[in-house]
Amino acid sequence: MSARSSAWLWVAQRASAMVLAAAVLVHLATMIYAVRQGLTATAMLERAHASLAWPVFYAVFVIGVAIHAPLGLRVVLDEWGDLRGRVVDVALAAFAVLLLVSGLRAVYGVTLA
Amino acid sequence: MIANAMTAARRNDVRAREHPAYWAFVVMRLSGLALAAFLPVHFWALSHALGGVGSLEGFLAWTRQPWVKIGETALVLALAAHLAAGVRLLFVEFVGWRAETQKSAIAIAGAVAIALALLFALNV
Repeated sequence: MSARSSAWLWVAQRASAMVLAAAVLVHLATMIYAVRQGLTATAMLERAHASLAWPVFYAVFVIGVAIHAPLGLRVVLDEWGDLRGRVVDVALAAFAVLLLVSGLRAVYGVTLA
Repeated sequence: MIANAMTAARRNDVRAREHPAYWAFVVMRLSGLALAAFLPVHFWALSHALGGVGSLEGFLAWTRQPWVKIGETALVLALAAHLAAGVRLLFVEFVGWRAETQKSAIAIAGAVAIALALLFALNV
């Protein structure tokens, strides 16, 4: 991979980290609030359907995760597993697509369906 | 000369691993791996909502077992630790490294992570 591409992956990893830092704080606060109220499917779906802000927030969250997690794994596989190259990148791209599709599907199910 | 250099490298290696920043790095890595492995399961679990309230409630009933709650708390700890360690790292990279404040920053990150996990565990 060229130095320019590597630099862009680094930027994507850090930019997604910044978005996720805010998203995870909201997620942790929401989770603690939800379990405190007693987590039931009815309460959870009602809360998630209350505002369009939730599907937008969780869609951004999922997109951030789909970028961040595969790029983090790429570094770990390289440094701890000595695994790198085209096959690894294709597998990580497939993992990114899996996270994106299954994540957005879950967001749709919880907030809109 | 080469032997001396190798000894020095080994000594540095051990010294580096004694610094809290090394353990912050290990926590960052291991929590990241745990979260990456959990995410597909998390999305699958939430997709029960597509089957309606009953389907999601059926899954949530399964999660009310004590060992599942222990697992959830461990995951919340991993998420909070990854967040706190990650925010520290962003500060190091984008604001600046000051060696004298790193041990305090790591201690604060650890405390925040444990506090958030406890807050979850005490309410779940």
